[in-house]
Amino acid sequence: MSDPTHLPLLQLRGISKSFPGVKALAEVDFTVRRGEVHALMGENGAGKSTLIKVLTGVYQRDGGSALFDAHDINPKTPQDAQRIGISTVYQEVNLIPHLSVAENICLGRQRSKFGFLNWREIRRRAEKAMARLGIAVDVAETVANCSIAIQQLVAIARALDIDAKLLILDEPTSSLDEKEVERLFGVMRKLKDEGLGIVFVTHFLDQVYAVSDRITVLRNGNFVGEYEAASLPRIELISKMMGKELSEADFKAADRKEHQRGETPLLHLENVGRRGSLKPLNLEIFEGEVLGLSGLLGSGRTETARLLFGVDQPDSGTTRLDGNPIKLKSPRQAMERKFGFCPEDRKTEAIIPNLSVRENIVLALQVNQGWMRYVSRAKQNELADKFIKALNIKTPHAEQPIRLLSGGNQQKVILARWLASHPRLLILDEPTRGIDVGAKLEIEKLVASLAGEGMAILFISSDLEEMVRNSHRVVVLRDRKKVCELQGGEISESAIMHAIAKAES
Amino acid sequence: MNLRVLKRNIPFAATAVVCVLLYVFGAVQFYDENFFSLRVFINFFYDNAFLGIAAIGMTFVILSGGIDLSVGGVVGLVSVLLAILMENHGAPPVIAIPLVLLLGAGLGTVMGVFVHYFALPAFLVTLAGMFFARGMALVLQYESVPITKHVDSINSTLSLPLGSGLQLPSSALIYLGAFVLALWLAHFTRFGRNVYAVGGNEQSATLMGLPVARTRVGVYTLSGFCAALAGVTYSLYTSSGNPNAGMGLELDAIAAAVIGGTLLSGGVGYLAGTFVGVLIFGIIQTTIIFQGTLSSWWTKIVVGGLLLLFILLQKGIQAKKLRPKN
Amino acid sequence: MNTWHKLKWPIIALALVLLFNFIFSSGFFQVEIKNGRLYGSLIDILHRAAPVMLISLGMTLVIATGGIDLSVGSVMAIAGAVAALLLTKTEQPVAMVIIISLAVSFLFGVWNGTLVGLFGITPIVATLILMVSGRGIAQLLTDGQIVTFDNSAFEFIGRGALLGLPFTIWLVLFTFILLTVFTKKTAVGLFIEATGDNEKASAYAGVNTNVVKMLVYAICSLLAGLAGLIVATDIKAADANNAGQWIELDAILAVVIGGTALTGGRFFFAGSLLGATLIQALTTTILTRGVPVQWTLVVKALVIIAVCLLQSETFRRFILPRWKKVTV
Repeated sequence: MSDPTHLPLLQLRGISKSFPGVKALAEVDFTVRRGEVHALMGENGAGKSTLIKVLTGVYQRDGGSALFDAHDINPKTPQDAQRIGISTVYQEVNLIPHLSVAENICLGRQRSKFGFLNWREIRRRAEKAMARLGIAVDVAETVANCSIAIQQLVAIARALDIDAKLLILDEPTSSLDEKEVERLFGVMRKLKDEGLGIVFVTHFLDQVYAVSDRITVLRNGNFVGEYEAASLPRIELISKMMGKELSEADFKAADRKEHQRGETPLLHLENVGRRGSLKPLNLEIFEGEVLGLSGLLGSGRTETARLLFGVDQPDSGTTRLDGNPIKLKSPRQAMERKFGFCPEDRKTEAIIPNLSVRENIVLALQVNQGWMRYVSRAKQNELADKFIKALNIKTPHAEQPIRLLSGGNQQKVILARWLASHPRLLILDEPTRGIDVGAKLEIEKLVASLAGEGMAILFISSDLEEMVRNSHRVVVLRDRKKVCELQGGEISESAIMHAIAKAES
Repeated sequence: MNLRVLKRNIPFAATAVVCVLLYVFGAVQFYDENFFSLRVFINFFYDNAFLGIAAIGMTFVILSGGIDLSVGGVVGLVSVLLAILMENHGAPPVIAIPLVLLLGAGLGTVMGVFVHYFALPAFLVTLAGMFFARGMALVLQYESVPITKHVDSINSTLSLPLGSGLQLPSSALIYLGAFVLALWLAHFTRFGRNVYAVGGNEQSATLMGLPVARTRVGVYTLSGFCAALAGVTYSLYTSSGNPNAGMGLELDAIAAAVIGGTLLSGGVGYLAGTFVGVLIFGIIQTTIIFQGTLSSWWTKIVVGGLLLLFILLQKGIQAKKLRPKN
Repeated sequence: MNTWHKLKWPIIALALVLLFNFIFSSGFFQVEIKNGRLYGSLIDILHRAAPVMLISLGMTLVIATGGIDLSVGSVMAIAGAVAALLLTKTEQPVAMVIIISLAVSFLFGVWNGTLVGLFGITPIVATLILMVSGRGIAQLLTDGQIVTFDNSAFEFIGRGALLGLPFTIWLVLFTFILLTVFTKKTAVGLFIEATGDNEKASAYAGVNTNVVKMLVYAICSLLAGLAGLIVATDIKAADANNAGQWIELDAILAVVIGGTALTGGRFFFAGSLLGATLIQALTTTILTRGVPVQWTLVVKALVIIAVCLLQSETFRRFILPRWKKVTV
């Protein structure tokens, strides 16, 4: 056997993994060295999470080889993976909320004395683990009372408490603010210097370049390439992820149609806010207008949408519809005013998984008609067929349960649900997230044509390019506060980013 | 910090307050009848020992995020089996009692396996378990039969004299012993902490590498064991094998745990709370008996009401927690 | 086709039970006409199954929303007790007796629905409260006694016959048709299935999920009350202790056999009726074979576990490869 120190820490070769009907990974290579931060990049559906799950024993690979620390590995469970030194910290922090920080770090590995758990040792060990990360917290505190950032660090401390050699951080920064991200990076660099291999999965480009040594890019389950971060220009990384050549010019809105706004706004928010989720803001939406709502994750975009649609209630300010003040207590009341809302989390907030495409489409219309005025079956079939055709929904027939459709087609069904009820205002929260490029373009086209027909659209997206391309006007939020409003020619990626950046100082 | 600890313990504190209030009420109301006496106090534990033991197992199950509706049925089955083994077959207690305890634990294990490995809803599996156990009890022995052998000698050997003619009877002693063991299990063993973890967030527990399967099956095994022990205690207490023993015990046990501050969603709660919950149960029962004119059915209704009250209290606290902090 | 797929197993099971009786119990399939009324084991099975059938129809809706109602047995006891008291202690006409006892049942359902829908209490626990307190209430009403009554008009519910068939069978048929129309020709069915399948998404699409839940528990309790009247008229008495005991398991079992998933979503009334028939056929078979009645409890427990296992995806995945290995 060769000297293990000359081999990379982790060497995956030709990894394949299929699920019924989908080839999730096809011959993927992935190499991580000791003492490096290795970014794993790719769009949604690229195979990042499948690869991670194969690596951590959640899934078993169908083919290929895995060499870790000079040994063949094939972990069957997360425990297996942990035992050989592969630890993972997931995006939605996996801790036990009601137990203390100390217990969360030591759970399952506590030592006993005379048949009794040694609580003093648990405490000491947890303090040591947190100190290693350079973090001072009261380890007796209940995890539920800690900020997400601290919870993340607790999860890392737990991962390191066993002798982890490879640490996988799966989208760790998505809920953190700038300062917390910096602190996390500090911890990552420290661990890297201790010789750990770190896999960093994220969709924030800045962060990739700030902390990573090398980058592996996946696309549609295929291995695209492995690059030194320092010698891979940002634009090239993007084009590799997206699989098409892009030039900087594409990121500017070239041919924006100007929107002719009416006299009174359809909807006018005056100092509308909600304690703890949105600071009071002013917002106007006109008929026939696509209003973009931009900002980082957690900036208050979704919160605004929820207030508008009556999911949450504001505790300050006035909302005016056609100039008349309204108060919405529930989505139903918003729907009575002809609002529609495609929520961000399609799976848990939008689709009714086991009901058919037809029923999913008809639902909102039926709600508007009331309990007793049943939308006849003939009308239902007609609507379903119409929208399947108009939105190019790929389904064998209208009676297919929606859960069997792909993400993009599910999204189109949800759009159809709202279009069938003829809304005046349609709120789209990340309508193109996690769907393929083709469907994404179709949805963007639809948005434009709906606005052309006079519908007001509130468009929320993390994708700046998409935001710039589709919006007539962009409102930028940061830290649950409106920081700026851009119109027509002012709208560009850099303007939005500057707006966000300016607010930081 | 202190305020936070206090907040976290509101349900438990409320339980303690209710308990003291009820006791003071009984003590004042029935002062002349000696409600406030050590003898009556001991009887709280003596009369409800089998409930308390079953509630211990139930608390673990609820902490793990599950529910066990089979405990009453198991009490009936064990009670009957014990009578048959000792009366009809002349089995000595040292063989008969471990045998029935093993049987209860085994039933629990089977239910745990169904719940965990085949992902069947806990309430359904344990409801079927309840029917199975109760049905088997009735099949084995349709009527209640007295147990004449061994019971008296066990009861006299196991009791603890407290002086001035009072003694801690065997069933109370078994209950208190079980309670102390359960405290150790919950707070000073990995198993106990894993129960909290599994109930707190099962997905996290899995990803943390905790033995979720073993914990879940273990919890139902423990509950089955406790139910069987409760059945033994019942038989010792009544000197009989009764197929209808423990009818509706599952709700009383759930009520004791919930009133004691254990959250039905799992992951939060204390065995000490359950202990106080059982005590409240005993006080209500005794009060109604002292009252004399009220039907014993009022116990059920009052407990149902208290259960409702505490569930609403839990809901209120959870709703407050969900609201974002500013 | 979909319906057949869902109902395949209960139909086969029922056929097996009938086949068993065809071979081993002579006269099982005989139907006689006495006094213009049909008699026979088959009719008897349907007649005896009526209370469970009625409750299982309501339970189907509750389960379709992802809930459960454990209190049906207690509601039966309460309805019987209320009716018996009104018949013996007051001069109320029979129609009023029926209306009042059903209204009381309905209100208890609204109570359950309020706890589940408005307060968000886990259905098992919410209905468990009434399961136990309810029997206490029934006991209080009847003072712990079995209240007997004698009123032929009222007794028609459980003992009468119409066009040769027991009235109970007509009652079930009528309820079945009414509920089917009510759920399929209005939006109620869609809203119930949507709520059970994904409550949050339904609420975001404007479905008033709280009202949906209130409604199903109220319907379920109402039907439990009706079943309570049948049982009471059957024995001409209100027995607070025994009326409707264990019936919640029968009803849940019937629903599960009938193909409605306990996790909620799609529901099948016909399947539930079939399930209830199967259970009663099984019970009758056990009794006619001379097996002690206690065994039915054990058999039902085993059947429900078996049915759930058959429907469990996990179990199939666990057992099928091994099964194939054995058969190959």
